[in-house]
Amino acid sequence: MSWSTNTAWANRRMRLLFHACLGIAAVVGVASGVCAAQDLRAPSAVTAGEPATISTTGGGKATFYLVGPGVSNKSDVSLGNGIPLRAQDLRAAGQYFAILCSDICHSASFYVSPARPADLAFLVHPSRVPVAQSDAVSGVALAFDPFGNLVLDSGTVDFQLTAGKASLLSQSVPAHDGIAWFRTTSGKTAGPLQVVASIGELSARRNVQEVASEPCNLRITGQRTKDGLVVETEPVHDCGGNPVPDGTIVSFTATDASGKSTVDAPIKRGVARAEIAASGPVVVSVASGVAMGNELRIGGGQ
Amino acid sequence: MKTILTIVVATVVLIAVGLLGADQTKAGTIGFAIGSALPGLTPKADTPEQAVANLLNDVRKRRWNEAYSALSKTSSVDAQTFREEWQGSNGSLRTFSNLEGDELRPVHATNDDAQTRARLRWTTPVGPIEDVRDFHLIREGGTWKVVWPKQQVENVPAQVIPVTYLRWDVVTGGGKDEWGARNIDPPHVRIVSMNAVNSAEGSVVMGEVVNEDTVPAFVNVNAMLVDGAGNAIDDENSFDKIDHVLLPKQITPYRIDFPGIDLGKVKNVRMDIKASLVPASADPVIGVMNQKIDADVQGRSVLRGELLNQSGETVNIPHVIASFYDNSGKVIWVSDGYVDQALPPARSEPFSVDIPRTLAGKVQSFHVVVNQYSLGKS
Repeated sequence: MSWSTNTAWANRRMRLLFHACLGIAAVVGVASGVCAAQDLRAPSAVTAGEPATISTTGGGKATFYLVGPGVSNKSDVSLGNGIPLRAQDLRAAGQYFAILCSDICHSASFYVSPARPADLAFLVHPSRVPVAQSDAVSGVALAFDPFGNLVLDSGTVDFQLTAGKASLLSQSVPAHDGIAWFRTTSGKTAGPLQVVASIGELSARRNVQEVASEPCNLRITGQRTKDGLVVETEPVHDCGGNPVPDGTIVSFTATDASGKSTVDAPIKRGVARAEIAASGPVVVSVASGVAMGNELRIGGGQ
Repeated sequence: MKTILTIVVATVVLIAVGLLGADQTKAGTIGFAIGSALPGLTPKADTPEQAVANLLNDVRKRRWNEAYSALSKTSSVDAQTFREEWQGSNGSLRTFSNLEGDELRPVHATNDDAQTRARLRWTTPVGPIEDVRDFHLIREGGTWKVVWPKQQVENVPAQVIPVTYLRWDVVTGGGKDEWGARNIDPPHVRIVSMNAVNSAEGSVVMGEVVNEDTVPAFVNVNAMLVDGAGNAIDDENSFDKIDHVLLPKQITPYRIDFPGIDLGKVKNVRMDIKASLVPASADPVIGVMNQKIDADVQGRSVLRGELLNQSGETVNIPHVIASFYDNSGKVIWVSDGYVDQALPPARSEPFSVDIPRTLAGKVQSFHVVVNQYSLGKS
C-alpha cells in the first residue's frame, strides 16, 4: 500500500507526524535493547526532475517515507534492495528526508539541486523612458529550471542593449544567488530600445520605448489675420534634437488690452498651431509643460 | 351623499385658497414653490416682481406657452429659442437641470419701466448652481411684461473642419502572459505645486499637476490631513475639481476641500497622486478668450471670459477650472464652474468663476483649463 499527497498543508502535518513516530520508535527500540539491523544511504547529489535510488541494508519488510518540498510519500519496501525515487517526486529543489522504519526507524537527508536553466525571467523597467536620463533603465534576470526552481548558480548573464543599430550596453554580469541585474543611462535617440538577457543558449528580449525629453528652445512665430492672430511653433524638439511626439500640449497665451486668451493646442505633425482672438498690440507667450518658450510682441498695425 | 358632497366642495375650496395664498408672495421674498396649479389662477402681473415670479413659476413647471406669453411684444425672441434658453439643447448641462427656486430683488422701477434681479437656483447632476439674471420689464396694457433680449447668435458659415488630431487607445494584449514581458508603466505625473489655506468653509488644499509623460494620463489627487500626534484627521480627493484626463505636458489645477476642518489643527498634509493609462483624444481644442478679472452684478470678483470651440464637434458640458497666483507665483486659489449651455463647433460661450473676496486683491495672474464632457464619449 502506498499513498501520497503533495499539498503544503499535508506536508507540514506529515513531517510533524513522522517526527513524533521517530521519537516513539527510538524510545521503544532503546527500551527493548534491539539492535538495528537495517540502514539506508541517501544519494550524495540529486538533480531536480531526475530519478534517484536510496540503498538499504538488512532484510525483511519495512516502511519507507519520503518527505520533501511539496511531496510526502509512504511505501512498503524490502530491505536490502535499493528504493527507487521517481523523477516526478523530485521536481522541487530543496532538502528531502528519507525515513525507513521496521523495528526502529532510521533517517537520512539529501539535497535536490535545481536542473539546468530552462527559462529566463527578465524584468526591465521602465517601459518608457525619456532620452539621456542617467541610471534610468534597469533590468533584472533570474534563471529557472524546467520545474520552476530558481537556479542559484546560473553563472554569468549577458545583457545587450541596442538602440537601432547602435549598441548602448554590452555587459556580462555574474549572478549572485541566481540574480543578475544592470542599470544604465537611456540612449540619446528616441525610438525602441532592445534589451536582451542571455545565459548560454537561453535568452529573453524586452523593449523599452525611448521618448523625447522636455521641449527645448520652444519658439513661435505669428501673424495677424482678419479675426485675430495665428501663432505657430517651429518644429518642437527636445535638447537632443528628438521631435516631441504629436499630441503633446503646447499652451499659447496672448495678452492684449481686452484681457488674456489661452489655447492649449496639441502638436500636430511636429508643430502646434493656435488661432487667438486678439486686437491691438498683443504679447504672445508659449509653454509646454514646465518648459517656457520665447515671447512674441505683435504691434497693433502689424 | 350630502356629507360626501360637502367634503368634496370643502377640499376644492381649501386647495384654491392655499394656492392663491401662496401666490401672494411680494417682491423681495424667496420664490420657492410659488404659483398655481389651476389654470386661470395665476396672479395678475401688476408689479414687475409679480411678472417675473409668474414667468419663473411657468418655467419651473415647464409651461412654455404661458411663460412665453409673459413676454413683451417688443421681445426679439421666438418661442423655440426662448424655450431652449431655459430648457437647454445639444445635451448641455441645462437639459439635465431643474429650476428649484429664485430670489427676486428690484433694481429700479418707474411707472412704465423696471429692472428686477433674480437669483436663480438650479439643481443639476453636478450639484446646485446659482445664476444671477437681470430682467427688464415694461408696462403693457396695465400689466408688466418681460422684455426678452435679442440673442446674439454667432453667424458661423457652413464649413468642413478637418479633425486629424491624435487619439490614444490602450491595448491590454492577450495570449501568453510572460512575466515581465507585458508590463506598461503608468503615466509619469507630478505635483508641481501645493498650498494649504483656511477658507470660510474649512481647509483647502490646492495646486497644480503636470503630465510629464508622452501618453495621456487619468489623474486623481488625494490628500490626508495629519495632526500633531500623527493621526489622520481626514482624507479627501480632488473629485471634479481637477481635469482628470491630462494629455502629454498638460497642466491642471486641483483643489481638495476639507469642510469644517481648521487648518490650525493640521500638522502635516500627505499628498498622493494616482495616474493610470487611459484612452484619450487630442480633440476638441477649446480656446479661452478675453479672460479678465472684474466685478459681477453683485459686486463679487469673478474671472470671466469666453470659451471658443475650435473643433468640429459639440462640447455638451464645458467645465472651467482656474488657478490664481499671487505675486510670487504661488497658487492661492482654485475655482471652477460649469457652463450650462453646450458649446457648438466654432461658437463661443461666456463663463465666469468666483474669486473669494479675501483673495481678490492678492491675485496677480491666473491660468484656466477647460475640462469637457461630451455625450457618447468616455
